[in-house]
Amino acid sequence: MKSRMAYPYIVWLSMFIVLPLLLILYYGLTAVDGSFTLDNFQRFIDPIYLRVLWRSVELALLSTAICLVLGYPMAMIIAKTEIKRRNLMVLLFILPMWMNFLLRTYAWMTLLGRNGVINNILGWAGLPELNLLYNASAVVLGMVYNFLPFMVLPIYTVLSKMDQSYIEAAKDLGANNRKVFWKVIFPLSLPGVISGVTMVFMPAVSTFVIPRLLGGGQLMLIGNLVEQQFSYVGDWNFGSAISIVMMLFILISMALMTRFDKEQQGGVGLW
Amino acid sequence: MGEYMIDLKGVSKAFRKDQWVLDDIHLSILEKEFVTLLGPSGCGKTTTLRIIGGFEAATRGDVLFEGKSIRDLPPYERQINTVFQKYALFPHMNVFENIAFGLNIKRVPKEGIQKKVKDMLSLIDLKGFEKRRVHSLSGGQQQRVAIARALVNEPKVLLLDEPLGALDLQLRKEMQVELKKIQEQVGITFLYVTHDQEEALTMSDRVVVMNEGRIEQIGRPEDIYNEPKTPFVANFIGESNLFEGEMKQDNLVYFQGKRFQCVDKAFADTEKVFVVVRPEDVELTGKTNGIIEGEVLRTTFKGIHYEMMIKSLEDEKEWKVHSTERRTPGEVVGITVRPDLIHIMKRG
Repeated sequence: MKSRMAYPYIVWLSMFIVLPLLLILYYGLTAVDGSFTLDNFQRFIDPIYLRVLWRSVELALLSTAICLVLGYPMAMIIAKTEIKRRNLMVLLFILPMWMNFLLRTYAWMTLLGRNGVINNILGWAGLPELNLLYNASAVVLGMVYNFLPFMVLPIYTVLSKMDQSYIEAAKDLGANNRKVFWKVIFPLSLPGVISGVTMVFMPAVSTFVIPRLLGGGQLMLIGNLVEQQFSYVGDWNFGSAISIVMMLFILISMALMTRFDKEQQGGVGLW
Repeated sequence: MGEYMIDLKGVSKAFRKDQWVLDDIHLSILEKEFVTLLGPSGCGKTTTLRIIGGFEAATRGDVLFEGKSIRDLPPYERQINTVFQKYALFPHMNVFENIAFGLNIKRVPKEGIQKKVKDMLSLIDLKGFEKRRVHSLSGGQQQRVAIARALVNEPKVLLLDEPLGALDLQLRKEMQVELKKIQEQVGITFLYVTHDQEEALTMSDRVVVMNEGRIEQIGRPEDIYNEPKTPFVANFIGESNLFEGEMKQDNLVYFQGKRFQCVDKAFADTEKVFVVVRPEDVELTGKTNGIIEGEVLRTTFKGIHYEMMIKSLEDEKEWKVHSTERRTPGEVVGITVRPDLIHIMKRG
């Protein structure tokens, strides 16, 4: 009975996840004429492409770090608020997510652009115009802005479920607030931190919309590379190969993270 | 009288305006004393403990520690440690790290920590458990680690918040003896919170019975049991028959439509009183030899005795009687009580 209930999901899974994955694998491992080859991967081991990969990782890591530094205190503040106002804060926090991702990113373009809101204000104040758009900082800003909730929510979940008696026990044993945080609260919240980091890093490393809009094509990231192969160049084989490389990369980093998570037992995670 | 270890002076607590969960608590605790706060849930015993530990602030009143007010000290500056209800052992640390937590915070040198933790582990009988994860331990073992984690800091007072509540009966009894032994070995003050009267009577030097945020009675376990001062104490500690009555004169009380000899004096004539008789103090006699005649309603076997409900033929009131003699339901018996086993307390 139970297993029969699972059939629709199995069908769904195989149609929309397994099959596309197999297709990507097929394209990645074949040449245009359909013969087996590893050339697509060999092509990727080129300094130009490796630099693109490295830049993507670099920017994603930077965005993740900024999200963590901004998100952790935010999660703590929400978790410490009394229940009634807490829901309101969480709501305010996820409210922008109800709006389309593209629209939100376009909104930043109007803010940061040469004739955008910020430069207009600066000009009105008699200050020189700034080049805010179409550079790496704009891309990082876009990533942080879009992915911050993914960092805050899992950390908030862990913090709000944390048994207060651990904190009281630590205080009882002589720890002041700073020590309580570093010795008890932070280590116990690591599962949330790890979820948050994974959930920010993964979309950040593979995004192509943000660098396209806020980077203005000046900044080629790996997501753009894949998109380019499929939409403009039409080289599905190479595009698939890059996708596979990226997936492997994410898979390995996630495996490392979960391993680290398992060593630090306890607490509640989302994964 | 020297200084008290802990002295609560008129401590009151309201979580919300005018909802007093503690009302004017006065309690003085001596050095090396084992004191138990006993009462039903919601009586304020845990709140009292948390005020002493520093986790709640008293709304009114003062908390003295060795004669000095600690009202405004945060928990980490008090020479008091707590064993929490659910132990609250740190799940991300092993047994050794848990016990060493307080010492590490105080920056005790490494060798000192090693030695102290080792001593503690042998005190709680868990030698060789240093590297174990706390979740791999049984409830009783976790309990003992929690005690060690608190005691290793050499506090002057140890607070214990229903520490045995989560253990099964057998283990609880063993731990009662264990705890008392540990207390005598380390020779510090234990302040213990429980709703289990047997636990309180077994371990304590003094018992504080609390109800609805007030102290009902403070005394040695024997006194609390034998001489309850209020009907609440009489009911809460052990079982009892409670009657409303009237003092006729010295050593003579009137209740259940009869006069009973007692050993209580200094009441006003015809003063209204409560009369308490323990079920095991009721004597069953032949039908006509007793002061009261009653009919046995139910008889239940309880192991060491029979529990019988006996309805007085006089006024239909029921008596609970414990006796090793079995009387069959329907039988009419006589009831008497020895004068010194009748407890009288003021009413109103």
